[in-house]
Amino acid sequence: MAQINVKVNGRAVSKQVEDRTLLVEFLRETLGLTGTHVGCDTGQCGACVVHLDGRAVKSCTMIAAQASGSEITTIEGLAKGDELHPMQAAFHRHHALQCGFCTPGMIMTAVDLLRRIPHPDEATIRANLDGNLCRCTGYHNIVKAIAAVAESGAGV
Amino acid sequence: MAHDGIGARLPRKEDRRFITGAGNYTDDIVVRNAAHAEFVRSPHAHARILRIDVSAALRAPGVIGVLTGAELADDKVGGLICGWMIHSKDGSPMRAAPYAPLARDVVRYVGNPVAIVVAETKNEARDAAELVEVEYEELASVVDPAAAQAPGAPQIHAEAPGNTIYQWALGDKGAVDRAFAGAAHRVEVDLINNRLVPNAIEPRAATAIYDRAEGRFTLYTTSQNPHVTRLVLSAFVGLAPEHKLRVVAPDVGGGFWSKIFIYPEETVCLWAARRLGVPVKWAADRRESFLADAHGRDHVTHAEMAFDASHKIVGLRVKTIANLGAYMSTFSSSVPTYLYATLLSGQYDIPAIYAEVDAVYTNTTPVDAYRGAGRPEATYVVERLMDIAARRLRIDAAEIRRKNFIRSFPHQTPVIMNYDTGDYEASLNAALSAARYAEFPARRAEARSRGKLRGIGLSCYIEACGLAPSQAVGSLGGGVGLWESAEVRVNPVGTIEVLTGSHSHGQGHETTFAQLVAERFGVPTDQVSIIHGDTDKVQFGMGTYGSRSAAVGMSAVNKALERVEAKARRIAAHLMEAAESDVELKGGEFVVAGTDKKIAFANVALAAYTAHNLPPGTEPGLKEGAFYDPVNFTFPAGTYVCEVEVDPKTGAVEIVQFTAADDFGTIVNPMIVEGQVHGGLAQGIGQALLEGCRYDRDSGQLVTATFMDYAMPRARDLVSFNVSTTATPCKTNPLGIKGCGEAGAIGSPAAVINAIANAIGVERIEMPATAQRVWETCRAAQAAVAAQ
Amino acid sequence: MYQTTYVRASSLAEAANLLRDNPDAKLISGGQTLVPTLRQRLARASHLVDIVHLAELRGLTLEGDRVVIGATTTHAELAASDLVRQRIPGLAHLAGLIGDPPVRHLGTIGGSIANNDPAADYPAAVLALNAAVHTSRRTIGADDFFTGLFETALDPGEIVVRVSFPIPRRSAYEKFHQSASRFALVGVFVAVLADGSIRVAVTGAGPCVFRATSIESALARSFTAEAAESAAISADGLNSDIHGSAEFRAHLVPVLAARAVAQAR
Repeated sequence: MAQINVKVNGRAVSKQVEDRTLLVEFLRETLGLTGTHVGCDTGQCGACVVHLDGRAVKSCTMIAAQASGSEITTIEGLAKGDELHPMQAAFHRHHALQCGFCTPGMIMTAVDLLRRIPHPDEATIRANLDGNLCRCTGYHNIVKAIAAVAESGAGV
Repeated sequence: MAHDGIGARLPRKEDRRFITGAGNYTDDIVVRNAAHAEFVRSPHAHARILRIDVSAALRAPGVIGVLTGAELADDKVGGLICGWMIHSKDGSPMRAAPYAPLARDVVRYVGNPVAIVVAETKNEARDAAELVEVEYEELASVVDPAAAQAPGAPQIHAEAPGNTIYQWALGDKGAVDRAFAGAAHRVEVDLINNRLVPNAIEPRAATAIYDRAEGRFTLYTTSQNPHVTRLVLSAFVGLAPEHKLRVVAPDVGGGFWSKIFIYPEETVCLWAARRLGVPVKWAADRRESFLADAHGRDHVTHAEMAFDASHKIVGLRVKTIANLGAYMSTFSSSVPTYLYATLLSGQYDIPAIYAEVDAVYTNTTPVDAYRGAGRPEATYVVERLMDIAARRLRIDAAEIRRKNFIRSFPHQTPVIMNYDTGDYEASLNAALSAARYAEFPARRAEARSRGKLRGIGLSCYIEACGLAPSQAVGSLGGGVGLWESAEVRVNPVGTIEVLTGSHSHGQGHETTFAQLVAERFGVPTDQVSIIHGDTDKVQFGMGTYGSRSAAVGMSAVNKALERVEAKARRIAAHLMEAAESDVELKGGEFVVAGTDKKIAFANVALAAYTAHNLPPGTEPGLKEGAFYDPVNFTFPAGTYVCEVEVDPKTGAVEIVQFTAADDFGTIVNPMIVEGQVHGGLAQGIGQALLEGCRYDRDSGQLVTATFMDYAMPRARDLVSFNVSTTATPCKTNPLGIKGCGEAGAIGSPAAVINAIANAIGVERIEMPATAQRVWETCRAAQAAVAAQ
Repeated sequence: MYQTTYVRASSLAEAANLLRDNPDAKLISGGQTLVPTLRQRLARASHLVDIVHLAELRGLTLEGDRVVIGATTTHAELAASDLVRQRIPGLAHLAGLIGDPPVRHLGTIGGSIANNDPAADYPAAVLALNAAVHTSRRTIGADDFFTGLFETALDPGEIVVRVSFPIPRRSAYEKFHQSASRFALVGVFVAVLADGSIRVAVTGAGPCVFRATSIESALARSFTAEAAESAAISADGLNSDIHGSAEFRAHLVPVLAARAVAQAR
C-alpha cells in the first residue's frame, strides 16, 4: 500500500491506497471528487485534467503515489464558494459546454493556459487544447469563452 | 412577452453543476457494497468456443462470481432485438439472427462478450478476467461488406445465407430506367461512406441493483431513452416486468445515438446483480467503447444521376451495400433504408428515383445509427453527384443546384417523403453571401502564390427530423410508436415542473423546455424544473435522437401547457366573474379584456389547489398530461460552404472557412441551436478529414481501437464557424420547429470533400481525406496534367 | 494496471540498486508513456522507481559551448527556457510540439530518449545536434545511443542523468503530426553544428531515429531548401501503417527538411 499525503483543494488529506491506484481513481473513488472524469485509457481526452502544484496535468496518467507531497486543485476547488472562477462563468455565458463531461478538464486546461499565456490569439488557444477532446461543441464556443476571459484580464 | 421565452439567447440553467464538477453521471453514483464488473471478450473476429474454464478466475482475490452464456441460458434471459422489420424486395422478411448478450457457441467480432467477472474492486475484476480460459477454434472472418456477399465468404449466421440480411428497394425502377434512357447527360460515382465510432466522451456505464425484498431492479445507465431500455429489457429480454424495473439515465455525457441501443453489457449487469445478489457496477474504458459501442455509417455505394439538355435532373439510381456488423443492433435495419433512401431526393425536384440497399452481416462490431443516421449518407451521395455533374457539364456548382431546387410546397418526392415547406434558394443565397462566394477566385489566386491549392465546396442538404408519425413508422416496419409524452405540474405557489420523455444529454432541455413555459405563463425559467430520465418519475417517453426533442418533445409539452392554460383560464374567469372568452393571458397574468381586472397566474394556481372557489364541476389541482404524435416528419435544410487550402507537398488540408446557413423553422434558443450546429459540423468535418474506423482484412482485428489511432477532431483541426439561419416555420407542428441536432453532421462531409476535390481539380477523393490520400490525389492529378 | 510497488528513490544509487535487485522494476519519471502502457496492461512492473525528485537529475545550464539539461527536465520547462530558446531554438521549438500542455508538464527528456519511441521527437534533436547522453555509468554519444525500435545503448539499471547539447550555429525542427496521436508521422531536425558540419535526423519515419545522409550531403553543397528537397530518401525499411505508407513518409522527409532549412536560425 502507498501512503498518499496531499493537499486537495486546500484540504490536507492522508490516505493509504494500493500502489497501482491512479491519481484520478484516488480523487474520484477515495475522495469522492467525481468532477474529474475519465474518458480514455491513453491520455488523449483530457477529461481528467487537474492542477498539480499549479500546473495542468492528466490525473489518469499519473499514479497517486507520484503526486504525494503535492498540492492538487480539482474542478471542485476552482470556485471561491458561490463565486465562480471567471473561466467557469465564461463557459456558462458563452455556452462552451453541452453534455458537460469534458468540461471540468477543459476548464482546468483553459485556466492553466491563461496563467502561462495571458493573451493568446485564437490559434494559440486552439493549439493549447490539443490535450482535450470535446465531442459536443466543435470547440467554437470554448475558444470564444477562453478568449473572452483573456480579454477581460480576469484569467488568473 | 417574458424576456426568457421563445427566441431568447438564454444561458443554460443546467450549466452550473457541470462547470463546478457537480454533475451526476452514471459512474459517479456510489452504491453501498457495489461490486465491479469486467467483461471477458473475444480476441478473435470469428471463432467457435470450445471450452470456457472459469475456475482459476473464481479462486482469484475478491471475486464474487463469473458468469457465462450457459448461465444466461439457464436463467432463460432472452436475446437482444432489432426493432424495425425490413422486407426484401421479394417480400421476404429480413433474416435476423439471434443476438445473445453473452456468446455461447460462436463469437462473431473482436470484443464479442463471452463472460462477466464480478469482483469487489475494479482491479480485482480485471485481474480475474485474465484468468478466464476460453479455448477457441478460429474461423475465417470477413469485415468488408462487399466481400461478405461474395461467393465463398465465411458464413456468419446460419439464418442469413450469403450474409445478406435483406435486399430492399425503394422507388420506381421502370421510371428511372426510362428517364436514363432518354437523358442528355449522365454522371456516376462510386463512393464509400466511412465507418465511424461515435465516441461520446463519457464511456458507457451501468450500475445495476436488485432489491430482493421488492423483487425490483434499478438500472442507472448512460441512456438517451430510459423508457425504451426498460421496454426492451422487459418485453423481449424478459428480465422483469416493467413495474419491477426502474431505469434511470442521470447526467449523460453525450450520446450521438450510441446510447440509444440496448446493449449486452447493461443487460448482463442487471441479470448478474440478481443472480449474484450484489449491486454490479460497470464502466467501459475507451478501448471497450471502440469495440462495443455500435459504430456508424459503413456504406459502399454506386450512384448515377441523369440530366436533360437543360441540366434538370431527370433520374437518380443508387445501389448501396450497408454493413450492419456481426449482430443486428436495436435500430440498425432502419438506418440504411427508411432513414437513408427516403432522403435521396435532397432539395431537388427529381421525378424518378430508385434505390436498392443490401444489408450484410460482417465480423465487425454491430453498426447502428450515429448522428444523422442515414441522412448524412444520403446527402453525401446526392451532393457528390451534383458536384461531379457541375464539373462535367461545366456549370457553376451553385447554379446547377439552383436550377434543380424544389420551389413549390408541399412537395411529394418519389421516395415517400412529403416536404411541407422550405426555401432552399434563401439558404443558398445566405450561405453564398456569407462565404463571399463571388470573390473566391481572388482568394484562390492569392493562395496559389503561397503554394497552396484553395478550393470551395457546397452542400445543400435536407433531412427528415421529428421522428415520427407513429402510424407511418408502423406501416414501414417500425416496432414502436414515435410520439412523445409530457406532463405539466403547476405547484400551488406557481412554480412549475415539466416531466418529459425526451432526454437531455447536452441538448439543454432544462433551459429550452423551460423557455416554452416562460413564453406561455410569464414564469421566470428559474421557477420551472424539467424532469426527465427516470422511469419512476416520467410516465413514458421515447427519448432523444433524430433531432426529435424540440419538434416532438416540445410539441407534447406545448399540448400539456395548452391544457393547463385552458383550465387556469376557466378558473381565472370564474374568479374574476368574467366570461372565459373575455379572459386573456398576458405577461403572466389573466386579464379581462377592456377592463383593469386581472389575476396573476400564480394566484390562479393557488386557487386551483385551495379549491375554495372553483367553477362548478372543476376538479382541484393544476396538472395536465399529453401525448403528441407528429403528423409528418419535419424537413430542416440548408446550405454549407466549405473552403479549404491544400498543401500539395504534404497533403495537409486546412479548413480556412466554414459557412452554414440553416433553416430550422422556429428557434427557441439561438445560442443553443448554434451550439448544436457547431458540434454537428465538427463531427461531419471529422468524418470527412480525420475519422475512419479500420479493421484488418485478414485478422478482423480492430486497428483503430484507441484515440492514438482513431483521429478525433481537435480544436486546431477546426475553425470558428460562420453560422446563420433563415426560417420557414414547419407547418405540421404547433411551434413551427424543425429540429437542429444533426444538420451539421449531415450537410458538412460533402461540403468538405467537394472543396478538396475543387482545390485539386479532381472528381473523386475518399473520406477521410487523410494527408496521404490527398497527397496521392494531388500527385495523380499533376501526373494527368503532365500527360496531357 | 497490474499490482506494483511504488518506491520514491532518495538517491541515484538507491534507484540503481532497486533496478539491479528487481529485474522487473521500471524507472518512472514523468510517466506520460509508461502510465498509459501500464494502465492498458501492455506492460507490468514489479516496482516503479520514481526518480523525478532527485536533485542530481535536475538543472538546465550553460556549460561552455554546451547546454546541459537534467534528465527530469520537463518538455514544458525546456520549451520555456530562455537559455534553450536563445542557444538552440530548434530544440525549444521541438519541446513545445510534444504531446499537449498537460503532457509537457510531466513528460521528461530523459524518459523520452530512454524509451526511444520510433515516433518521439527528442531523439531527432539528440541525434542531429550530436548530443552526449550522460548516464549513471558513462557518457554515450548520440550516434551510439539509439540502437533500434524502443532500444537504446542503455544497459539494464543504467540511468540517464543529463543530456548535453553542443550549441549549434543553426537548428530547426519540422514535424508532420500523426493526426490521432499527434506523435510525429515524420519529424526532421536540421542542425548546422559549430564546426559547420550539417546533421539531419529523422524520427517517425523508420523503426528508429536515423540520419538522412543524402540530405546532409545536399545541404553541405548548398544549405538551401531547394537542395534539401531535391535529395531522395528511399522508402525501403521505413514504417508503413494506417497513418502513412513508407512511400509517403519517404516523400515527407525532404519536404520537411526543406522547411526546416528555411526556418533554421
